[in-house]
Amino acid sequence: MTMTEKILAAAAGEKEVHPGQLIMADLDLVLGNDITSPVAIKEFHKFGKEHVFDKSKIALVPDHFTPNKDIKAAEQCLCVRKFAKSESIKNYFEVGEVGIEHALLPEKGLVTAGDVVIGADSHTCTYGALGTFSTGVGSTDMAAGMAIGKAWFKVPSAIRFNLVGKMGPRVSGKDVILHIIGKIGVDGALYKAMEFTGPGIMNLTMDDRFTISNMAIEAGAKCGIFPVDERTLAYLKESGAKEPKIFEADPDAEYEKTIDIDLADIPPTVAYPHLPENTHPASEGKDIAIDQVVIGSCTNGRISDLRAAAEILAGKHVHEGVRCIIIPATQKIWKEAMHEGLFDIFIDAGCVVSTPTCGPCLGGYMGILAKGERCISTTNRNFVGRMGHTESEVYLASPYTAAASAVTGRITDPEDFV
Amino acid sequence: MNASGRVFRYGDNIDTDVIIPARYLNTSDHKELASHCMEDIDKDFVKNVKPGDIIVGGRNFGCGSSREHAPIAIKASGISCVIASTFARIFYRNSINIGLPILECDEASREIKDGDSVSVDFSSGTIVDETTGKTYKAEPFPPFMQSLIQAGGLAEYIKENY
Repeated sequence: MTMTEKILAAAAGEKEVHPGQLIMADLDLVLGNDITSPVAIKEFHKFGKEHVFDKSKIALVPDHFTPNKDIKAAEQCLCVRKFAKSESIKNYFEVGEVGIEHALLPEKGLVTAGDVVIGADSHTCTYGALGTFSTGVGSTDMAAGMAIGKAWFKVPSAIRFNLVGKMGPRVSGKDVILHIIGKIGVDGALYKAMEFTGPGIMNLTMDDRFTISNMAIEAGAKCGIFPVDERTLAYLKESGAKEPKIFEADPDAEYEKTIDIDLADIPPTVAYPHLPENTHPASEGKDIAIDQVVIGSCTNGRISDLRAAAEILAGKHVHEGVRCIIIPATQKIWKEAMHEGLFDIFIDAGCVVSTPTCGPCLGGYMGILAKGERCISTTNRNFVGRMGHTESEVYLASPYTAAASAVTGRITDPEDFV
Repeated sequence: MNASGRVFRYGDNIDTDVIIPARYLNTSDHKELASHCMEDIDKDFVKNVKPGDIIVGGRNFGCGSSREHAPIAIKASGISCVIASTFARIFYRNSINIGLPILECDEASREIKDGDSVSVDFSSGTIVDETTGKTYKAEPFPPFMQSLIQAGGLAEYIKENY
């Protein structure tokens, strides 16, 4: 069996599972945010259950439109807050403690290797970096998960990505996943598991892996999962996560196909509008002038992302007329960045630093684009209207590339820049 | 169960951001969501859609975010069924869970034209383009999903079985 099949088999109490098989799996964690939870809470009350199945296995993270962007958003947050209180949900995070969900939960040790996690947020696949089966679902699935602690799954077939080699300087996990999506397309892994293996993995930091797993959904995948190694175990220990359950793919596991990726061949990569598969080497973007830069999100708002941006921005200034918005993903990351002096670098460079929020990534607030404006962003989607006006444009890139572009005012390969 | 109506045809990779833009996600009111359905890709959709009408998409329909607001907006706008070559996985499960009928049929997705009159028989998966007279056959749902749909969605299924 593949790694995904093994985790799902264990969660369903089956010895073996096969692609296409429909199973009911036990859940270790059910997640929702301020957009999806209100719908789930409404639905939950229809199930006739008095209480949630386990108040310690639910996480409610109001991170999308918080701090409340308008009255309606405030009311949605109030609905989540009230539910958390009435159900005594342990893992409810109020403003002041809240961060972007997919950076926050691993940091707080709420997910561990071998867990099965559903989240009413498509980027729930992020925890695959920890050897977790985690996947995005809708609000009704979240409601059912809260009610009975189970979810139905069709066991996915898998594509194996055999990673070899080492990334070049100022190339990061973001470039790797954009490169892969460019290669297989936005439905290249539709309904399937993406399993990352090979000797190249040991050259990827945990933050690189989080970014790669995070965008598995952008290839249509159900999950994007890494095997557990020393780095994973060290991360889990530091975060205080539960005892990991380590599952390894069998040597004779069946994959739909294997795709070889040499990390050394991947250049700084940018996805042009309006699909994440529309990838180009950053060096081709010299003539594309930008109005805004966003560095943050569940994809790239971690400390190593901020350090990468600071490395480029140190002693420089953003280009005249360019707005550069930096959003640390959690309070812990915020504090770390502050103590490391990164904020001095950002502010001296003419950037603004925001409180943790998903905000501009989905066109919520804190950096909406006007008609005709162009943004290079470390976020995960560049669909029509994603960050604002339907005639605005989003280019997806790594923190290195985004920061270099902020300084030049045009899409810039960070290597050409230094 | 059957459906029939006029077709609104869209292309490949219709994402949830164009089905219901995030700027309207500060509400979960079905009617309000429906009033902005498809707004960023087809400003006239809301004006022209009539109860029973059908959306035909290409590959990977509903890709992007997990927002259940997307199938909710489509259903609440009066659409009786979505036909596509393939659906993005979260949109697929959300549609089944909330009882929005969806059908995967590559040939129908490629051939049916905007404005055609189409009828669908869900029990057999038969799609008829009344305008051209051509008949298509969609993939039937596995029995488990049929039982979900018959129960009227996941909530009802859970109530009956757990």
